[in-house]
Amino acid sequence: MTLLSIEGLGISFGGLKAVNDVSFSVKPGEIVSVIGPNGAGKTTLFNMISGVYQPGSGKVILNGEDVTAMSPHLLARRGMCRTFQNLQVFQSMTVLENTIAGYHLQESGHVLSDLLNLPASRRRAREAEAGARELLKRVGLERAAEREAGSLSYGSLKRLEIARAMALKPKVLLLDEPAAGCNAVETEEIDHLIAEIAASGVAILLVEHDMKMVMRISNHIVVLDHGEKIAEGDPASVSQNPAVIAAYLGAENAAG
Amino acid sequence: MTPKNATLLALAILIALSPIFFPSSFYYRVGALIFVNALAVTGIVILTGWAGQISLGHAGFAGIGAYACALAPVHLGLHPALAVLLGALISAVLAWLVGRPILRLKGYYLAVASLGMGILISMVLNNERDLTRGPDGIDVPELGLRALLKDAGLDLSNGQFWYFFCGIVLILGAWLALNLRDSATGRALRALHGSEVAAKTVGMDVARLKLQAFVISAVYASISGSLLALQNKFITPDVAGFMHSVEMVTMAVLGGVGSVAGAIFGAAVLTLLPQVLTVFAEYEQLVLGLVMVLVMIFLREGVVPSILRKIRGRGE
Amino acid sequence: MSELLQFLLSGVTVGAVYALVALGFTIIYNASDVVNFAQGEFVMLGGMITVAAYAAGAPLPLAALVAIVVTAALGVAMNKLTIEPARGAPVVSLVIITIGASIFIRGAAQLIFGKQIHTYPAFSGDDPIRILGATILPQSLWVIAGSVAVFIGLWLFFTRTLLGRAVLATSNNRLAAQLVGINTTFVMTLSFALSAGIGALAGVLVTPITMTSYDVGLAFALKGFAAAMLGGMGNPKGALVGGFLLGLLEGLTAGYISSQYKDAAAFIVILAVLFFLPQGLFGRKSTDRV
Repeated sequence: MTLLSIEGLGISFGGLKAVNDVSFSVKPGEIVSVIGPNGAGKTTLFNMISGVYQPGSGKVILNGEDVTAMSPHLLARRGMCRTFQNLQVFQSMTVLENTIAGYHLQESGHVLSDLLNLPASRRRAREAEAGARELLKRVGLERAAEREAGSLSYGSLKRLEIARAMALKPKVLLLDEPAAGCNAVETEEIDHLIAEIAASGVAILLVEHDMKMVMRISNHIVVLDHGEKIAEGDPASVSQNPAVIAAYLGAENAAG
Repeated sequence: MTPKNATLLALAILIALSPIFFPSSFYYRVGALIFVNALAVTGIVILTGWAGQISLGHAGFAGIGAYACALAPVHLGLHPALAVLLGALISAVLAWLVGRPILRLKGYYLAVASLGMGILISMVLNNERDLTRGPDGIDVPELGLRALLKDAGLDLSNGQFWYFFCGIVLILGAWLALNLRDSATGRALRALHGSEVAAKTVGMDVARLKLQAFVISAVYASISGSLLALQNKFITPDVAGFMHSVEMVTMAVLGGVGSVAGAIFGAAVLTLLPQVLTVFAEYEQLVLGLVMVLVMIFLREGVVPSILRKIRGRGE
Repeated sequence: MSELLQFLLSGVTVGAVYALVALGFTIIYNASDVVNFAQGEFVMLGGMITVAAYAAGAPLPLAALVAIVVTAALGVAMNKLTIEPARGAPVVSLVIITIGASIFIRGAAQLIFGKQIHTYPAFSGDDPIRILGATILPQSLWVIAGSVAVFIGLWLFFTRTLLGRAVLATSNNRLAAQLVGINTTFVMTLSFALSAGIGALAGVLVTPITMTSYDVGLAFALKGFAAAMLGGMGNPKGALVGGFLLGLLEGLTAGYISSQYKDAAAFIVILAVLFFLPQGLFGRKSTDRV
């Protein structure tokens, strides 16, 4: 029972193949991680899956439907949501408003009803707010609800982004480096949160640099190098795969 | 009390009690002008402050609203009140047609396209003399509401009537805008202003939302133009001119482009200034330009939100 | 036939001016992504300052030179005082700032030069030159030659000089340019000086034909922008071609449809380009980074 399947996805920038012929699939409740050295094309792959970039080749299939290059707002309607490596929160809105924004699809009605503040609009807004407060509690941000999002710490913002994404009740959640820039405690919090979300039946696709975290929580790992998939499997087999070790060592040698 | 109700209450009290301090009946007229401008600027707050889009041609919509009141009663036999609605409808449709393809593109394209659209409207109003009588202007029929009120036993002077009538329309406009602000639509507008890509990932149809903001703000400008025409009983193509568009944006920027209270404050200051300082006319462009640049660099939120922040900061 | 030629000739003349304004737009846009709505005011200033200097007794070539240098300096001042302090501001703020600067310059020009319409003599007399039954003013030849010369000069500057290449590098990637040691602040200053100087040159050349007053800038800005968009934002070749195309369109509109609505041609072009060809004739598609 595959929920999200990636079939031969590829893209070139100015003649350079950033991602080439990558395929894998994700099942409900499963945590699949995409790893690879810097510049391996992980975020580019994410941007293609989530409709931010238009793939040059290949397909993205969500729940049996071809959703390749579909605009992100339509993907959201079909149950796919993502977070961003470089944090995309609504800075000048409150933490609560940020989370309510995640309820947009359930909350939004006709614009005239919103203008006139009709009972239907008020009821939907109340429901969204109640749900958002619940979610903030779940990610441990309930006490910051009325604060402006821009004033939060980095780790809190990461959790806020996850809360906002969870508000959509997604079937597939794409997390782009959710623990980047977080300290050990924050990383562990996010770690638990992800496991919890997966346990509730959400398919999770993860890009992460923190190798310990990846090995700990992933069911399945896809390894990219220079835009190509070089290995795939469970954490134990991937960590022993010679091609993977070579890729990482090569990268480290190059960096050193 | 919610901030929304506090703003509305303060506005209502201000409108009701200000006449006590008027040195002469002339100030009823100034007050009515402030309300008319503030209404248009409230539309700019929705478009620019919340949705983050900028129009440099909103006076074009005011022109449509104004000339609808001048022409529709004469040529179509419509009651002036219906002419206001007709103008608003035409403005909405035009905004929709122009905005639909353009709001998919980068921010400054709307600025350029709306600037062109505004100038085109003002050009038509100036050149189609057979219909609009050209640059000399045209008479506008009576709304007739004051006579009705008089029959009902409420005898207001012309100045008083328009002062309170425009004041009530402004409160209504502010109420609608503040409703919108905290609704799903308003939140989505402010969200896409913050991060378009994040707004999309939570399912917001960004192009459609911007279009809604553009259409709503066009209707505000149109009704503001209609009210101006009806109270002056006369209108010239200047109402649709580029400088009027610039005035609207400057008023919004000065008061605080994200705040309805700020919009009203900005409109009040920049409407009063030329009335109090007669030399102002000569320096108008200089001052408007300076205000836009200085506020954008030093006080990006505008005067009112900056003051509110100070007060709140001290309270905590 | 001669009628058509006449319309085309007058179209090419104004087109040359629009091309210059569009080139000015392009330089600043490429260096900083700022769309400078005050570009048209540089054209106005070019004409106006020449008028003032000429009236003060300077010979015309000197007056023109003074106008170009002073306007370029004003362009640099505008960058230092309004654009630099607002670095990193969202597009909307930058639009408001450049519109504000434009209104400010206009207001100042009105105070200093008054509301009258001004002009000065053409450079090489007013005797029309006959071509196949149509006529062209010698000043029109100056305008056309001026815009072609500027284009060639810019092309040489951007492809043959180290400084020009530095500007191009900055427009491709500001951060990378900084990393390889290019002074991007200087590049911005230079862009504004060039852009304002080119705008002023346009004003200097065209004023004997169209005359000038404090409020002509906006129309030039809008038409220059229309030309730049028609050619494709950020593309100098597009700016040149777009300018001439727009001028021709305007000339034909004035001749065959209505001279009252000749200005409408630019706005129709803007709307049509945005509707059907947002990338312009020579533009490239852009991918926003996330």
